Amino acid sequence: MSKTIKIDPLTRIEGHMAIEALVDDGVVKEARSAGTLFRGFEIILQGRDPRDANRLTQRICGVCPTSHATASALCIDDAFGLTNKIPDNAKLIRALILGANFLQSHILHFYHLAAPDYVDAAGAVGAVSPFVPRYEGDYRISGQANAELVNHYVEALDIRRKCQEMLSVFGGKMPHNVSTVPGGVTEKPTEDKITNFLWRLNEIRDFVDNVYIPDVIYVANSYDDYLGIGKGCGKVLTYGGFDLPTGRFFKAGVVSEDLKLEPFVSENITEDLKYSWYADSGSGRNPAEGQTEPKLDKKQAYSFLKSPRYNGKVVELGPLARMISNYVQNDAGTKKLVDSLLGQLGVGTDALFSVLGRHAARALEAKIIADAMADWLQILKPAEPVIVANEVPAEGTGAGLTEAPRGSLGHWMTIKDRKIERYQVITPTAWNASPKDDKDQPGAVEQALMGTKVKDRDNPFELVRIVRAFDPCLACSVHLLDANKNASGVFKVV
Amino acid sequence: MATKEYPVVWLQGAGCTGCSISVLNAVSPRIQNLLLDEVVPGHHLNMLFNATIMAGEGEAVIEVLKDTETERKGGYILVVEGAIPTAADGLYGSIGERGGRHLTIEQSVAELGANALVAIAIGTCAAYGGIPAGKPNPTQCKGVKELFDEKGIDTLVVNLPGCPVHPDWFTGTVSVIMFSGLDAVKLDNVGRPELFYGRLIHENCPRRADFDKGRFAEKLGDQGCLYKLGCKGHYTNADCPIRQWNNGVSWCIKAGSPCLGCVEPEFPDGMSPIYEIVTFEDLK
Repeated sequence: MSKTIKIDPLTRIEGHMAIEALVDDGVVKEARSAGTLFRGFEIILQGRDPRDANRLTQRICGVCPTSHATASALCIDDAFGLTNKIPDNAKLIRALILGANFLQSHILHFYHLAAPDYVDAAGAVGAVSPFVPRYEGDYRISGQANAELVNHYVEALDIRRKCQEMLSVFGGKMPHNVSTVPGGVTEKPTEDKITNFLWRLNEIRDFVDNVYIPDVIYVANSYDDYLGIGKGCGKVLTYGGFDLPTGRFFKAGVVSEDLKLEPFVSENITEDLKYSWYADSGSGRNPAEGQTEPKLDKKQAYSFLKSPRYNGKVVELGPLARMISNYVQNDAGTKKLVDSLLGQLGVGTDALFSVLGRHAARALEAKIIADAMADWLQILKPAEPVIVANEVPAEGTGAGLTEAPRGSLGHWMTIKDRKIERYQVITPTAWNASPKDDKDQPGAVEQALMGTKVKDRDNPFELVRIVRAFDPCLACSVHLLDANKNASGVFKVV
Repeated sequence: MATKEYPVVWLQGAGCTGCSISVLNAVSPRIQNLLLDEVVPGHHLNMLFNATIMAGEGEAVIEVLKDTETERKGGYILVVEGAIPTAADGLYGSIGERGGRHLTIEQSVAELGANALVAIAIGTCAAYGGIPAGKPNPTQCKGVKELFDEKGIDTLVVNLPGCPVHPDWFTGTVSVIMFSGLDAVKLDNVGRPELFYGRLIHENCPRRADFDKGRFAEKLGDQGCLYKLGCKGHYTNADCPIRQWNNGVSWCIKAGSPCLGCVEPEFPDGMSPIYEIVTFEDLK
C-alpha cells in the first residue's frame, strides 16, 4: 500500500522547507523537496550601486553570510577589474573570516541541527522545550554516553559563539561581517589581532580534535547502518575555494563514485526549468545568461528552485564533495585524515556517499580548515596594505565562485550605467535540493531519499536524517517560491 | 515562590535566520541560560516554538502553535523574526501546513499576535520590513506593527531592529519585562526601547574627534571619520559604539567600515547607496 509522508515544516535547517515522500511497501518510491519562502533578492538588487550587493547579499543567509560576502566581493572584483590586484593580506583575511564561519556553521550543524535526531536530549535533561515534541523511537545511545553528548551539545553552543567572536577580530561583527569588501578588506592585521585570533582559534581546534570528531565517530558507530543509507547521485562537484596568495586551498573538480576526476569548467553549468515555475524559453542556460521569468500556470512545475546541472548531470555539493575532490587530487592532509577515518569505521570510500559519510566529511573538513588557518595567520604582514582603491565602472560583468559550508556558491553580475543590471545567485542548496530537470532526473536530495526503507511511518527518522545530512539552507535558495495553485484555489506544497 | 513562566513562540518570516544566530551569540546570559535557567530569578523563558533549534517537526509542532494560542491566551511572548510577505494572500511565506493548507506567516503572526502578552519584532525585517521590503518589494513585505495596525490588533509591539539584532537588545528587553514589567519598557517614536536606541551612533563614535577636526577617510581602510564613505552614524540610533559586538570584540566602525544605518526604518533604501553620503535631509 502506498502512502505519502509529508513533513512541513522540516525544522533545524536554515530557512523554510517541506519534504514529501511517496512510500510503497515501506520504501520511498518518489520524493520531492520544496522551499516555502520567496524574497526575490535578485529583483531587489537590480538598479542598485554594485558595491551594495556585497552588503545586501550577505543577508540572503544569516548562517553563512560570509560565503555570500566572499562570492559577491570576488564577483565585484572581477567586474571592476581588480582580481589580480587584491593584496595578499586581503586574501588571507578574507580566508580567515570565511574559515571562522565554516567552523561555526559545521559545529552548529552537527550538534544543534543534526544531533537531536541521534542523541536523546530529553532523556538527559527531561521532557522540556525545545527538546520535545519530537520523533520517538530510534534513539540508540543511552546512559553516560548520551549524557556526555548532551553536555557537548551545550559546550558546542559556547564554541560556535566563540567562532563568531574570533571572526569579528577581523570581520567587525557577526552575523553579517563588514570587513570583506570589493578590493580587499577594511580591517588591518596588526600583531595584537593576529595573536588574539590565534588563541581563540587554538581553543576551537582543541574542541574539533578532541570532542567534535570523536563524537561524530561515536555516532557513526552507534548508527552504522547510516553509512549505507542516503547514497544519492554518486557524483560530486566543487568550484574550489579559499583564495590564498598561492592559489585555491580547496581544489576544484568533478568526481564520480569510482573516484574518477574531471576538471571543473564553469561554462558547463546550466539551469533547467522544466519543473520550475519559469518560462521554458530560459531553460538550459548558463547562469551568466540566466533568465528568471516567473510563469505560475506551468502544469508540471513544482518548485521555484531551478535545476542546476553540470554537463546535464545531477551532482552533489558540500563538504563531502570538497573532501573527495581533495582526496583524489592527492592532498596529503586530506588523504591521511580520510584514510584514518575509514580505517576507524572499517569501511571503504564508497561509504562516504551516505548520511554519516556526509557528517564525517564535514567534521574532517573543520579540522583541515582550522589547522590551515593557524598557518595563514603567520604569513600575514602587519605593515602591508589590505585593500586596493576602486571605482564603480560604467559597464562590466563579473563572476564570483567560491565555497560555502554547505557547498559551492556562485554570484554573477552585469553592470550598466554604474548600476546593477542583472544579479544571479546559485546556492549550494539550489543544486542539492533541486527539482527534476529537463531529462526528468530527480535532484540530489530527492535521489538520496528514493529507495530508502522507512521503518515507522509516524516517526520517519530515515527521511529527516537523510535531508539534514545535506545541511540544507533554504533561505539561501533565492529563487524558491512555493505557490502551485490548483483548481480549488488551495496552494499545495510541491 | 513559584517560578513565573513566559512561554515564547518565535516565528520566522521573510528573513535570513541571522537574528536567531545573533541571539545564539548572547554572552551574559548565554543562550543555554536563556533556554534552561531563570534569566531573572523567579522568571523563566519557555521556548515552545523556534524552527531553528526545536527537536520536533511537521504536524506536532504546528499543534504547539494552536495550543499556545488557546491555552496561554494573553500570557505568552510572540517573537517575530523576518518580515511578513503579504502579496498573493501571504503565500510567498509559509511556516508549515495546517489542515492540508499552507499556514502563512501573515496568518500565524496575526493569529498569535492577537492573543500575545507582547510581540517582539526582532531585527529590522520584522520591525519595519528591512531588505525583503526593499524596492520594488516583490512580495509586499511589512513589519509586525504595520500588519497589526491593518488588522486592528492592539497587542503592544516592541521593535528591536538591527541587521541582525544585537543579542543584548533581546536579553535586555526580556530582563526589563521580567524585572519591572511591560509598562517599564520605554519606547521611542518608532517603537524601539530607548534603553538601547536612545543615542546616535555619532554621539558616541570613537571617530567623533576626527569628524570634529575635519579629518575624513577618503577611501576604505583610511584613518579618520567615515562620513565621506557613506557612514550613516549621524542619523542612526543605537548603542553599538559603547556595547560593541560579539562579546565586545569589535563593531562596524572599529573594523573600518561605515555604519549602514541598519536599525532605522529607512534601511536599506534610505541608506543607499551604502558607500555614498546620504544626508538626513535626503531621507525626507
